[in-house]
Amino acid sequence: MILELLLTSAPDWAIRHAAMLIVVVPLVMAPILALSPSGRLAWFLALLATAASTYFAILTLGIVQSTPGGIIEYWIGNWYLIGIEFRVDALNAMILLIVSGMAFLATVFAWPTILADVEKQKISLFLCAFLLCFAGLCGVAGTGDAFNLFVFLEISSLSTYVLVAMGARNDRRALPAAFDYLIMGTLAASFYIIGVGFLYAATGTLNMAEMAAQLPALAGNRSVQVGFAFIVVGLGLKAAMWPLHQWLPNAYSYSPSFVTMFLAATATKVALYALIRWLFTIFSPDYPFEQAIFTWVLAPLGIAAMVICSFQAVFQTDVRRMLAYSSVAQVGYMILGISVATAAGVSAGLLHLFNHSLIKGALFMALAGVCLTYKGTTVRDFAGLGRTAPLTMSAFAIAGLSLIGVPLTAGFMSKLQLGYALFDHGWWWAVLFVVFSSFLAVFYVGRLLQAIFFEAPASPGRHRKEAPLIVLVPLWVLALANIYFGIDASFPVGLANDGAAAALGLEAFQ
Amino acid sequence: MTPDMLIAAALILPLVIAAGIAAFGKFPNLREGVTILGSIALFAVVVQLTMLVSSGLRPELYVGEAIPGLAFAFKLEPLGALFAVVASGLWIVNSFYSIGYMRGNRERNQTRFYICFAIALCGAMGVAMAGNLFTLFIFYEILTLSTYPLVAHKGDAAARRGARIYLLTLLGTSIGFLLTAIMWTWVVAGQRLDFVDGGLLANANLSPVVASALLLLFVFGVGKAALMPFHFWLPNAMVAPTPVSALLHAVAVVKAGVFTVMKISIYIFGDELLQATPSREFIMAVACFTIVAASLIAITKDNLKARLAYSTIAQLAYVVLGAMLADRAGILGGSLQIAAHAVAKITLFMCAGAIYVATGLTNISDMRGLGRKMPLVFIAFFIAALSIIGIPPLAGDWPKYELMQGAIDRGADWVPFVLIVSSLLNIVYLLPIPFLALMPPPGSKPPKEFKRPGGAPWLTVAAPLFTASLCFVLFFMVDPIADFLAPAFATVDIDPEVNIP
Repeated sequence: MILELLLTSAPDWAIRHAAMLIVVVPLVMAPILALSPSGRLAWFLALLATAASTYFAILTLGIVQSTPGGIIEYWIGNWYLIGIEFRVDALNAMILLIVSGMAFLATVFAWPTILADVEKQKISLFLCAFLLCFAGLCGVAGTGDAFNLFVFLEISSLSTYVLVAMGARNDRRALPAAFDYLIMGTLAASFYIIGVGFLYAATGTLNMAEMAAQLPALAGNRSVQVGFAFIVVGLGLKAAMWPLHQWLPNAYSYSPSFVTMFLAATATKVALYALIRWLFTIFSPDYPFEQAIFTWVLAPLGIAAMVICSFQAVFQTDVRRMLAYSSVAQVGYMILGISVATAAGVSAGLLHLFNHSLIKGALFMALAGVCLTYKGTTVRDFAGLGRTAPLTMSAFAIAGLSLIGVPLTAGFMSKLQLGYALFDHGWWWAVLFVVFSSFLAVFYVGRLLQAIFFEAPASPGRHRKEAPLIVLVPLWVLALANIYFGIDASFPVGLANDGAAAALGLEAFQ
Repeated sequence: MTPDMLIAAALILPLVIAAGIAAFGKFPNLREGVTILGSIALFAVVVQLTMLVSSGLRPELYVGEAIPGLAFAFKLEPLGALFAVVASGLWIVNSFYSIGYMRGNRERNQTRFYICFAIALCGAMGVAMAGNLFTLFIFYEILTLSTYPLVAHKGDAAARRGARIYLLTLLGTSIGFLLTAIMWTWVVAGQRLDFVDGGLLANANLSPVVASALLLLFVFGVGKAALMPFHFWLPNAMVAPTPVSALLHAVAVVKAGVFTVMKISIYIFGDELLQATPSREFIMAVACFTIVAASLIAITKDNLKARLAYSTIAQLAYVVLGAMLADRAGILGGSLQIAAHAVAKITLFMCAGAIYVATGLTNISDMRGLGRKMPLVFIAFFIAALSIIGIPPLAGDWPKYELMQGAIDRGADWVPFVLIVSSLLNIVYLLPIPFLALMPPPGSKPPKEFKRPGGAPWLTVAAPLFTASLCFVLFFMVDPIADFLAPAFATVDIDPEVNIP
């Protein structure tokens, strides 16, 4: 309904260039921001840019859903077959929507936290880096060119290192965290580009669709297999796939809180998208070496992440670290869904990807909101907050319950879908791990909620206040979305099903 | 009102009541007025629904799908109607009792207490009326989560610990086993979760191993049924204020558990498949073990509420036993037990609460001679204890009779023996309490003065007397109840394809 309205009201140029504009707007806006004399103006421009990107992302989704075949092919500069292609199907459209929507909500909420975390004269530059990162992520999600994906990946990564390092004003440990991330991220990008090099040598093309068409003839080729391995490791590193997740807890814990929230909701998701694209669209689960990877590498790693990192989350005292480990565990669920390699499995992974950005977005937003007045982030510091900041903390509780997967929340739906996919595939034993990991989530979330709502404040002298209105509004948008999509999940499930079908090259199923 | 509107009313009314309680939180008399009027209205709605059910209708409500195939759907059948009547009817009595208890005890956070109570009733109604496993599971969890603040009500370390065990056990079993079983059922039943007359899985050609595993997951996944070894949450939940123990942990929550087991055995497995499932006998043995072991533990408890909690565990296993017998007498016995045990056990808990409000006593050994001061309370206790033991003309007699008959029909000769031992153990742990209170042995020192001047508030005495009298009424109403329930276990002759919604 709303989509149709948007489509009919959109001007012609917007429809024609929508997919590209998602990336171009923030990319062009970023240098303008850098020149902006006042931080407030920069924030306002960033808000405009992310809002415009969100609008174009919704438009793109509408176009993809209404075109027969469901693919937008956009050749940059009309350099057909020679230049770079933007290729958007139901899968990218979903990811672009998640990334730009979360970026917009993040920018809305960002202002008070930026004032608290960033020096005044650096605000414009900080937001410039943020827009670059955002443009990079959208570019990764939109591009149909293997090398171009690397370029955008580096744009987003380099700006992310800057963003993480900005946390040094509050906590000097942000610097080693950013450095770690820099090393790991560069490794990941190198692995990826080496892999692309191998494939380019074998196929002679960098266009993903073209590569996919040539690969079936080359399935036994060693350099193709080596390239595949490099790419999976590289993207797995960016997606924080266990055990390549070591950069993530520190990066999340010491960044400015706005950066943590934005990265948690988008960055690993985009890398995961790229992984899905490579595994299912360019390569295909039919190749014997890939099937082996699903069963013997991805599934065990996903399960290990779910169980081990949930355990680690239980024993964390710092709330941000706890949520960071929980993020790695949640990536494990998505990897497990993907490794089923059926339409239902990939759809379950994508649904969890969608729901998890709502969940973690809300959790980190609430966290940032109450950390404005006083910086402590250990579990003890949260004791009694349910009384002093009831609105912020009830939203936090909703998202926390969703993280556990309590019925009537979005998290429940994704676990349900994942369970069905696993049973359907005959992997009933994997369901036990999903269930066990959910049970661990009851512990770490429950411990936090108990402190917040049932315990007396540890140090009554230091007061936390309710988060400001500009934080509360996007926070509650996310919290209510968590409930709404737990009751009527048809929208995200539809997106995920279409996305999975597009990834696997099937007709839309169900 | 049309049947679907009635169902919607039964689900929404408790939430409206909760909102009303929140709105009038500052005016205790108005607030309690909302609870009382609301509970009466809910009962009226449920009675209307029950009359529709007894006339052969199956009121249905279809809300919509969460994702394709997973619907929020409600369908009331006789068993659910019985559970809904018991829960909503006793809520009225318990609301009066709560007023006396909470005010007499000067409890804090009373508004939160009444709000959570109303939401818990919404959960119970949803469980009773659910039309498929998915809906049932959601309301089952609402019931768990809404009762957590009630268990933690006091807020001290013991209450928090008890509530944590309560929550973790119930969530752990339901997520760990029940949800797994539901997902498995969805796959083997061809993407359906509806409750079907004759059993959803009856035609699914399950191998005995799969059926056994599913049954075990289901029965142990319903932690609220308190089958050993997942029974320990119930004694821990006794840290809650007594009205909570009375209505929720003797009626709504635990009965929702055994009701779910019943419903799964009748409408998911169906009698034929259940009888062909090997793990059925194992669960029967576990139920019998639970009956005897919990009764033996009850004897050792000096704390009155703890003793009643273990008694509840033993009595709940009767229903599981009946469900696993999977024949007419077993199901009838189990269903009658849901009603009979509810009125008797709520009476016992209300008496325990009345004693606590008046004297502050919780240990049985301190209650000698107390019957001289509070005779009405102990008379109600005595009647309810006799009903639990199963002495005619009290309601508790019928379930035992039916269960024994069902077991003998099935050739499980050892079950009647267990039931007889259980009755004897009931005598041992229940009867000494009123006897010693009403007829203290000569030479025992008289009880101390009342803690609360004037003794127990009259509401806390009138409520158990009323429910005790219900024990008599139910005994004579067994025929209409059995007729009402007949469709639930008359599925053997019905072609399972006919009643698919």
